[in-house]
Amino acid sequence: MGKLLAIVLLIIALASAYPIVTNMFELPKDISTHGHAIDEQIKDTMLEAGFSFLGAQLVLAFFVWSFTGRKEGSPLKNFPGGARILVIAAFVLVGTEILALGVMGQKAWANVYFTSPAPGALQVQAQAEQFAFYFRYPGPDGQFGTIHPEKIDEGNQNYFGLDPANDVAARDDIVSGQLVVPVNREVQLLMHAKDVGHSFYVRELRIQQDFVPGLDLSLHFTATEIGKYEIVCTQLCGLGHYNMKAYLNVMSQEDYDNWQKEQSAQ
Amino acid sequence: MRMKHIFMSGLVLVAASGVAVAGPKPAGGTISGKVTYEGTPAKMKPIDMSKEPSCAKMHTTPPLAETVVTGAGNSLENVVVYVSAGAPDDAAPSTAAVFTQKGCRYIPHVLAFQVNQEIKIANEDQTSHNIHPLPKLNREWNKSQPPGTPPITEKYDKHEIFPVKCNVHPWMHGNFAVLKNSHFAVTGDGGAFSLANLPPGKYTITAWHESYGEQTQDVTISGSESKTISFVFKAKPY
Repeated sequence: MGKLLAIVLLIIALASAYPIVTNMFELPKDISTHGHAIDEQIKDTMLEAGFSFLGAQLVLAFFVWSFTGRKEGSPLKNFPGGARILVIAAFVLVGTEILALGVMGQKAWANVYFTSPAPGALQVQAQAEQFAFYFRYPGPDGQFGTIHPEKIDEGNQNYFGLDPANDVAARDDIVSGQLVVPVNREVQLLMHAKDVGHSFYVRELRIQQDFVPGLDLSLHFTATEIGKYEIVCTQLCGLGHYNMKAYLNVMSQEDYDNWQKEQSAQ
Repeated sequence: MRMKHIFMSGLVLVAASGVAVAGPKPAGGTISGKVTYEGTPAKMKPIDMSKEPSCAKMHTTPPLAETVVTGAGNSLENVVVYVSAGAPDDAAPSTAAVFTQKGCRYIPHVLAFQVNQEIKIANEDQTSHNIHPLPKLNREWNKSQPPGTPPITEKYDKHEIFPVKCNVHPWMHGNFAVLKNSHFAVTGDGGAFSLANLPPGKYTITAWHESYGEQTQDVTISGSESKTISFVFKAKPY
């Protein structure tokens, strides 16, 4: 019976490792300039965790196989040095592994979060609210109008609380329900939460960043492939959370310029 | 056979309308007129419904916001014109006022009905809505309505005009006007209104528009006379 358990353990371990080793679940396409570093990190993590998992399971199966069927009264064998050495060894091994992953991974992370966008980056303000995303472009004058929370009037499409009657900079601001960006141009996203915590997640961009009420955060990316990608909220934000999404539309520079003109004319 | 049938139905219709015209006129006078604006109204922006594809595909071109809807000859739509003083309160009619969510819009944009009259709120979309009227005097509620669910039935017991929003789709916006008597109209294409069956007396007529506010006029009706009044709102470009 004990030997059967060892075999079952072995089968479960190998079957679990199979989809990972054969790359059965591929990562989605990466359309960002920084994404490859994140993909490398994910692969390294899977590799390390996979080896540790397989090793541990194989050792477990080996012990179950070897020490099963012990006769009543026969002496128990102990690990040389006792359990303390084992615990310390496990602590050091796992600690080193996690530390190594962290040290290697901080580079991928810091590339996105600890660097400033290039001076010419396209600035877009992203506002998350229950239960939609809205994006604001400064328009031809290159300046964002000031936000007045008391002027927010959603029925009138004034999602940001602009005051075009008194604020000239706000008159040409373009507000859109989708994030339209030119391909191969760096974009700086200024993130603003209107009500509760939300999240900006585009898997193809390898970006997932929370919106935090009261904190205007910023992130930057460069999209390298034309196409339409889904932006979803990945922070439970209320009843309509399941329905909170928008689209990232990556266009050629020419199409983007035309889109801006079209929006300005409306 | 079919032609004959249509012909016969036509005859019946003509006869029926003849009876209606020939019959006794309802007692009381009528106040009618037109609501217009002067100045430049704000340009309504198209609504981006891309996050809700099932609604977006119901519109061939993106629909415009409806906070200011104008027509030919500077006419102003969606204005509630009602008797705010001078008429006694009426009992609520037995028919329900219907408010429909279709293509992620509210139809009609302004729903006027009487105190304690039943309203039926239907969802004809393939997505969930969460209707949230925002009264200050009446009881506030919000209700989720998944696709295919039966209409929500509600009532309001105080006179009030207030906005209605959807908690799921930020662009959805409408208005409820809860009125005390049956003498009211909401202007449509052309901005015209007509308040009929008014017994002789002095009335205050109020015209309410969601962006341009309220105006009132006093009108005295004697006998069964018809009076024409007009309301002119000042439009703002922003």
